[in-house]
Amino acid sequence: MNFYALIAQLIELVAALLLAPLLVGWVNQCRAWLQNRTAPPLLQTYFTLHKLFHKEVLLAHNASPLFRAAPYAIFACMALASAIVPTLSTNLVLAPAADAIAFVGLFALARVFIALAGMDVGTSFGSLGSRREMLIGFLAEPALLMVFFTTSLISHSTSLSSIVQTLTRTDLIIYPSLAFAGTAFTMVSLAENARVPVDNPTTHLELTMIHEAMILEYSGRHLALIEWAASLKLFAYSCLGIALFVPFGIPATAQPADLMLAAFYMLIKLAIGGFVLALIETLSAKMRIFRAPEFLGTAFLLAVLAMLVHLLLETGR
Amino acid sequence: MSRLALIDWVLITALIWLALGIAGVFLAHRFTVISRVLFPLGAINSLVLAILSLVGLVSEMQELILPIGLPGLPFHLRLDALTSFFLFLLGAASAGISIYAAGYFRKSQSSVLGLQCLLYHAFLASMSFVLLANDGYAFMVAWETMALSSFFLVTAEHRHPEIRRAGYLYLLIAHIGSVAILLSFGLMAGSTGDYTFDAMRQFADGAFWRTTAFLLALVGFGAKAGILPLHVWLPEAHPAAPSPVSAMMSGVMLKTAIYGLLRVGFDLLHAHTWWWGLLLLLVGLATALFGVVFSAVQTDMKRLLAYSSIENIGLITLGMGLTLIFRAFGMTGFASLALTATLYHCLNHAFFKSLLFLSTGSVLHATGERNLGKLGGLIHQMPWVAWLALIGVLASAGLPPLNGFVSEWLLLQSFLFTPEVPHGYLNMLLPVFAAAIALIAALAGFTMVKFFGVVFLGQPREEKLAQARDASRLSRLGLLWLAAGCVLLGLMPNVIVSLLDPVMQLLIGFGRQLDARPENWLFLAPFYEERASYSPIIFFCGIVAMTLVSWLAVRRYFHSRAKRVPPWDCGFPLQTGRMQDTSEGYSQPIRRIFSPFFKRTRQHPSPFDAEPRYLSIVEDPFWYWLYLPVAWIVEQGTRVVDFLQRGRIAIYLLYSFATLITLLVLTRG
Repeated sequence: MNFYALIAQLIELVAALLLAPLLVGWVNQCRAWLQNRTAPPLLQTYFTLHKLFHKEVLLAHNASPLFRAAPYAIFACMALASAIVPTLSTNLVLAPAADAIAFVGLFALARVFIALAGMDVGTSFGSLGSRREMLIGFLAEPALLMVFFTTSLISHSTSLSSIVQTLTRTDLIIYPSLAFAGTAFTMVSLAENARVPVDNPTTHLELTMIHEAMILEYSGRHLALIEWAASLKLFAYSCLGIALFVPFGIPATAQPADLMLAAFYMLIKLAIGGFVLALIETLSAKMRIFRAPEFLGTAFLLAVLAMLVHLLLETGR
Repeated sequence: MSRLALIDWVLITALIWLALGIAGVFLAHRFTVISRVLFPLGAINSLVLAILSLVGLVSEMQELILPIGLPGLPFHLRLDALTSFFLFLLGAASAGISIYAAGYFRKSQSSVLGLQCLLYHAFLASMSFVLLANDGYAFMVAWETMALSSFFLVTAEHRHPEIRRAGYLYLLIAHIGSVAILLSFGLMAGSTGDYTFDAMRQFADGAFWRTTAFLLALVGFGAKAGILPLHVWLPEAHPAAPSPVSAMMSGVMLKTAIYGLLRVGFDLLHAHTWWWGLLLLLVGLATALFGVVFSAVQTDMKRLLAYSSIENIGLITLGMGLTLIFRAFGMTGFASLALTATLYHCLNHAFFKSLLFLSTGSVLHATGERNLGKLGGLIHQMPWVAWLALIGVLASAGLPPLNGFVSEWLLLQSFLFTPEVPHGYLNMLLPVFAAAIALIAALAGFTMVKFFGVVFLGQPREEKLAQARDASRLSRLGLLWLAAGCVLLGLMPNVIVSLLDPVMQLLIGFGRQLDARPENWLFLAPFYEERASYSPIIFFCGIVAMTLVSWLAVRRYFHSRAKRVPPWDCGFPLQTGRMQDTSEGYSQPIRRIFSPFFKRTRQHPSPFDAEPRYLSIVEDPFWYWLYLPVAWIVEQGTRVVDFLQRGRIAIYLLYSFATLITLLVLTRG
């Protein structure tokens, strides 16, 4: 049993590392298609990563060791995060090592590293981006935790595996709280992944950029790692959304046949999820940075509402 | 002569501290001896105390009566699990602080070092006595010694008027607190006049008097801990004090107030009333939220840390409140989970806040600046301090796998058990507190990134910063000890949790709430593993392994060339240190989002000013809501009775005579 859990864990980690850039490529593909543009090749993200890894690193004169270490640490955090999400199976070796709260802590750790790295060179844009990233972070993090709390009140557990198992088993019962939580989660994911209503991954316009401003000074392999980590983050969030809100098809075992079937479902769900993301991005306009607190405040309130709805309506059963 | 009992040994460590202090006075003019011998000896003594108290945690309760003090009023001392835990905190944290102080005080004004040494060690010894005291009399004597010695330490640089003012404020609020504690003890002693804690445990008057005693204790200990609205002395006194003293006050002394509240609320009054818990929750939430929001907008690094201490005290109070609620409803398992989180956070805060205060001390020594707006880029000049401070910053931001996360995790876990509370509104309300804790933790992350980023990263904002030197060897050792504590407390929660078990037995009457069996050493799991589990070691190893693998793989498959160039900054050619975010700039979103919290004074320059000046002052509104009105009332009151003061001795003698006659008449019958 444990052997299978180990295998499932390894497969999941490797799949996340390899497929994450593809998801970004797919979202770009869909967006270009929705916006009537010609899309770059589906594999463009891989080409970019390959190019960046081969390029020389240009380091600012006063960049400290923290600046050089941060990309590796961020990449490690994101890889670990995508390994913990129960994507292909809920029977994973690493699952008991970190529950939902530790999972949020993992994202927070990566965010602190990237924000510190943004301030390290001491340029005006770097600290601007870092300040904005931390602003988004402290608004999004409690909302995300509230979403997790709602699901853990339903499943009496904060362990991601147990949550997903409970939700898979009881998919016939409709939880109104999950509708609120799902909306809140979507809003948080858009903000956390620097997506359109809050940030724009394709812009370098000074006044609006958040994520890009922080990583302006990075180049070469460091930039490649950060880009890869960003795509891993999108992948982890997508898998998490799927695991929490459309968990059907995620097996509790890690037998090879189950894994194959789960992988098949997962690919379809990710493709649909990526399309929905592109749709949201196409339909909404980028908001001013000071609308972001309202946006995320709404997400937080929705998540709190989800929890109260659960306590009011669903605990009596 | 029979063998000395454990409590005797603990008493001896306290006396050694006193002796070291007195030795400091006699050696006042030989400051190398004081800094290189006395302070390190004090640190070793702290370590001994920490080890003794670990033994105390697992051994039987011991009592001792010291025949000193007033006739018929001997000092009662007791060493039980709660005392041992806080003695461990005192010993473990002060070991690092004392060894740091050995390197720190060396450079300060030599003339007062002997006195500082006395006060510092008297402060340490009085904290031991506060924790050991088993009667109201001994407790108050130790408590006052603690307040006075720390007051004189705060006002070490008494030539600056603002430091004298800070000291005065501290002393004033400390004494308001002392009066409240004394009244609380008086109520519990009742008409028997027996001030031993054993007698107070039997206090069984009606609910009203019990509640009054609890509320008085809350005010009294709250004033020392910095609970709203009695927090105003913290951000004044902590920056005024020398850094080791700030570290000691914030890291350790605030915890003695938490100890006092636990002792009175749980041990003496047995914590039966659930709404006391709700009160603590509300007060704690207000304190934590207020503390973190204010800490985010500070521009003085020590004030920032002082407000962050207020936030952490708020979190501890939240944990205590939840424990009280669970305890009052008889849910002992959950109560001990919440109490574990509370005590764990006390220990964590002692380590990471001391570490951060000491790092600011090193920065202050190296640069002479406390203002965040004039620092920057110190990671290049002071790598030791910067990297060790980074550990403290990550711990303080509540990030895994360090210690701050463990206690926050336990606290959030215990809030998630609230649906089982047999009280409809409460179990709706409690998860909202969990939401607020999540917000507070995230804001703490913002604050800590600002603190570290502005002080240690970026370009230096002043030219003189290039001459900054790293901390001395002994100071580094102190920082290293505290940082190691942060890491170990984060990685080995099961050890700490099982050590806390006797405290749970004492206060709740139920232990072993966490799945901390030896065969399950890797995972921290409340109740059972499917419910929730967290394994800091796997977590840590996972991150380290992934970092190393990615680093090695990048080097192996690609290359490791790097070229140093000027920063790019979107092609903007002219960059100076002043173009980075200042501390005000960094916290601008907070000021905007949480504007109702602040009392702000702003002055914007006109666009045509040749020398534009921008002014933005954020003040604590409690001064205007509470303190200044009270001060005004007191002043008006003194004006009313002013006519009594004639300045002539004959008049005063008349007053005495009149009083005497009145008393004689009154007591005649």
